[in-house]
Amino acid sequence: MPLQGNLRDFSTTQLLNLINLAGKTGTLAIYEGVRTNEKDVNGNFRQVPGAERARVAFKAGKLIAAQLGTQDGNLVSVLNKSGKLTDDQARIIRERAKNTSDKALALLLINANYVSQRDIVASVQQHTLDCVYNLLTWAEGPFRFEDNVLPGNDRIVVPINLENVIIEGARRIREIEQLTSHLPNLDMALKFPENPREKFKGIHLSVEEWRVVSFVNPRNTIRQIAKANNMSEIEIRRIVYGLEQAGLVEIVAPPGVSGAPRPGAGSTPTPQQVRAPNVEKSVVERIINRLRAPGG
Amino acid sequence: MVITGPFSSGKTEFIGSISEIDVVSTDTRVTSEAESKVKGQTTVAMDFGRITVDDDLVLYLFGTPGQRRFDFMWEILAEGMLGFIVMVDSTKPETFREAKSILETFRAYAPTPYVVVANKQDLPDAWSIDELRIALRLEPGVKLLGCTATNKESVKEVLLQLLYSIVEEIEKTG
Repeated sequence: MPLQGNLRDFSTTQLLNLINLAGKTGTLAIYEGVRTNEKDVNGNFRQVPGAERARVAFKAGKLIAAQLGTQDGNLVSVLNKSGKLTDDQARIIRERAKNTSDKALALLLINANYVSQRDIVASVQQHTLDCVYNLLTWAEGPFRFEDNVLPGNDRIVVPINLENVIIEGARRIREIEQLTSHLPNLDMALKFPENPREKFKGIHLSVEEWRVVSFVNPRNTIRQIAKANNMSEIEIRRIVYGLEQAGLVEIVAPPGVSGAPRPGAGSTPTPQQVRAPNVEKSVVERIINRLRAPGG
Repeated sequence: MVITGPFSSGKTEFIGSISEIDVVSTDTRVTSEAESKVKGQTTVAMDFGRITVDDDLVLYLFGTPGQRRFDFMWEILAEGMLGFIVMVDSTKPETFREAKSILETFRAYAPTPYVVVANKQDLPDAWSIDELRIALRLEPGVKLLGCTATNKESVKEVLLQLLYSIVEEIEKTG
């Protein structure tokens, strides 16, 4: 009988521990939870499995493959994501090798000197880890572990020791908890400080940090900035935390909000900053007058 | 507003002369031997300065990295800009072609007003404005202004000229 339940009762970390200690072989599937009207013994509404969110395979207690439901986890996409293939190369290979298995494709790519065997192993391993670290943060959702079900022989699998994954996953969960506790409300806004100090010189911002900085405006909420930059909540929290600690930005309540979350966060409007700003003539004239003023 | 231009054209000095805050600069040591002979540090990610207009209006000045290998930042900087300034070092004809290329790149990013600034006009070997207009192949309607980026009044005049162009553009389209 398959092992099944809900992540809110038995977390992903606990599942990985169990699979590791028991040396199990099989596939863990995690689903969207579809709520029913029945309640369980804890008073929570029962959930039945909906769409599949993730599929993770194990062999003798080792992680060997993982895929998130929304992702195309084939070798070309994995190599493209890791930067080993350009977008153009990936498009051409997809067109020309539609019916080629991952293993056969890997051989072709190695023989054609597109990538090395090491590139392939490292990319597949990183893809698997990224998927698992992602699902380690999920707090609920029905799951089902099927013994002895494994990916097809045509897929490339890289065995990964689960102990390290569990330790790193736990560290990331702690980081998320700390970041969430530091910045619980993404409906706050950011502003530049009044007096940036000398120590800021020499700071080297990443592209992602710069993207956030370019949207700093007390009228843009952090949630809006994340949406505009296609960042997850944890990514934006991590960047805002870093910028705030460096003294580059301050967290403020947006106009009309006194620190409380704004309702209707689901229907987030686009941030104020757009490619071509629509500026009133009077605004530009105010700047002109300021510059023309004595001592301006 | 975005201040752009080739390596060592004076963008950081320009912002520093007018900004009411210390310019938040991300200078780092240059790695190219040729560039390191010119100056020891260059802007990697951004410079930004600020001019407070009144209680609810602030003008931000953003400087772009001067080296081509950081041009991935340019498009990000171009988003939402009111207008842009292309700085040219009037004493370095070897950078004029690069300045023209940067100008065309920014014009392609956004149809916002711009001015071209002939910086370092106080130096003896600076090319004149007329010579520069020919060298940069600028059309007669394009504003080409002489400037000394370390002089606040000179910088202020450049900003005003760009703001006048922005007002004209608003009147034309509005």
